[in-house]
Amino acid sequence: MMGLRSKDLLGLEHLTREEIELILDTAVPCKQIFTRDIRKLPTLRGKTMVNLFYEPSTRTRTSFELAGKWMSADVINIVASSSSVVKGESLKDTVRTLESLGANIVVMRHSAAGAPHFLAKSVEAAVVNAGDGAHEHPTQALLDLFTIRERKGRIEGLEVVIVGDILHSRVARSNIWGLTKLGASVTVVGPPTLIPPEIEKIGAKVSYDLDEAIRHADVINVLRIQLERQKKGLFPSMREYVSLYGINRERLTRAKEDVLVLHPGPANLGVEITQEVAESHCSAISEQVTNGVAVRMAILYLVSAGGKRHEAAS
Amino acid sequence: MSRSDLIEKAQVMDADGIRRSMVRIAHEVIERNKGVKDLAVIGIRTRGVPLAKRLAEAIRSIEHAEVPVGVLDITLYRDDLTIIAVQPVVHKTEIPFDINDKIVVLVDDVIFTGRTVRAALDALMDIGRPRSIQLAVLVDRGHRELPIRPDFVGKNVPTSKREVIGVRLNETDGEERVVIQELRNKSGAG
Repeated sequence: MMGLRSKDLLGLEHLTREEIELILDTAVPCKQIFTRDIRKLPTLRGKTMVNLFYEPSTRTRTSFELAGKWMSADVINIVASSSSVVKGESLKDTVRTLESLGANIVVMRHSAAGAPHFLAKSVEAAVVNAGDGAHEHPTQALLDLFTIRERKGRIEGLEVVIVGDILHSRVARSNIWGLTKLGASVTVVGPPTLIPPEIEKIGAKVSYDLDEAIRHADVINVLRIQLERQKKGLFPSMREYVSLYGINRERLTRAKEDVLVLHPGPANLGVEITQEVAESHCSAISEQVTNGVAVRMAILYLVSAGGKRHEAAS
Repeated sequence: MSRSDLIEKAQVMDADGIRRSMVRIAHEVIERNKGVKDLAVIGIRTRGVPLAKRLAEAIRSIEHAEVPVGVLDITLYRDDLTIIAVQPVVHKTEIPFDINDKIVVLVDDVIFTGRTVRAALDALMDIGRPRSIQLAVLVDRGHRELPIRPDFVGKNVPTSKREVIGVRLNETDGEERVVIQELRNKSGAG
C-alpha cells in the first residue's frame, strides 16, 4: 500500500480500508506538531492551496488553513460572498482562474452534492471535499475515526451510535462508510422524519429508541441539530427532541462506563448534548478539533504526491 | 520497487564487521567529545534506528553511562517528494528528551547524496537547538551532492551510481550483513 489511488479526496464511499488506514496512520506523526515549539514543516513549500467555500464555515476552514500553513503551503481563502461567485461566475470558471494562479490543492465546500466531484474532473489540482450538500464530509469522518482509534485503540468490532438529523447529515454518511469499512457496527438514531429510508443500504442499522441503542454503544456520535429545520416541521418540538434524543448525564448512566461521546461542533448545548456531558471525561470534543488539523495535514500530504499516480494507475 | 530488481554483487561487511565498526565508532565518539556528558544519539528511520541503539549500548558498556536515544523520521522534510515515484509513508519522530544544548550524534546506515542528512538537520533544528550535531554512518558510498560529510564512518565503500548498498540488520531484516547490489535494468532506477 503506497499512497492514495486518486488525486483527490472526495469521500469515504470510494476509499478502500487500506487507504483510510493510511490516512489515519499518517495523521499520527502529523499530530506531533502540536507538541513542538516550532509548528512548521517544509513539506508543501511552494504549493498553493485554495480554500473555496460556498457555504459558511469557521471550524473546517480554519482547520484546513492551519494544516496548510503548518506544512508551509501558501493558503488563499475564497468565500462565496466576497468573490465573483455572486456575480454569477460558474464553478468551472472560478476554478480555471484559480488554476491559472497556480493552485495545487483546492479545498471545497459547496451546498450541492457532487460539486467537488465535478470540479475534480475538470482540474488538475487535487480537490479535497470539505463538505458537499448532504452527501459527504470526509475529513470530519476521518477525524472522528482518528479520535475513536486514539481513545479506544481500535475501530474493528466497536458499536457506534450516530444520533440526530441523519437525513441532512453528510457527517453521518461519511462516518457510516468509514466505520463499516473499518469493521465497526453503526446504528443511526433519530426522529423517523429525520432518518432517510435508504440509510440501511449503506450499512447502518436504524433505531428510534436512543435509550435502547446506547446500552451497548462504545461510541456515541452526536450530530448538530440545525435549529432552522424545526420550522419545516421535521421534528415536533425542541422539548420533545431534547427529551427523546438529547444526550445528558442521566441518559448516559444507561451506557457503558467508558462510552466515548463525539460531536462535530459547534454544539447546541442543552439541545442535542448538555454542557455537562460535553465537558465530561467521556467527551473528546476538544480533542476532535486538534485531531482535525492532524488528519487534514495527513490528507494534504497524501494528495500532494508527485508523479507516481499515473504510473500506479496504469 | 522490489528487491528482485537488484542483483547482489558482493558482500562488503559481515556480522562481525558491523559489530566491530559500531564499537570503534563508539570509542571515537567518546574520544572526540571527551566523554559522554550532554551526549544524545538519534537514529534516522529506518535502519539508522537500530544502529543508534547499538551505538548507545556500546557507549554505555565502555563508559558505564546512559546516553539517551531518539528516532527521527525525515519524510516531511524531504526535498524530492514531488518527483519520486512512490510516496513514502510518514512515521513518528520519537525524541523523548530535550535536545537543546545537547551534542547530538545523528546515525544512519548509508550516506550517499547527503540529502537525507540535510533533511535530518532541518528537522532537528525545528525541534530544538543542539550545541552541536555530529554524523555517524555505517557505510559511506560517496557521490555527495551537498557539502555534507560524516564525522564517523564504519566503512568507505566506493560505488558506481548504478549500484545500491544493502544494509541488512537483524532488527529490520532478520540478517546481519552489508552487500553491494546492482540494478538489473534502467527502468527501475530510483
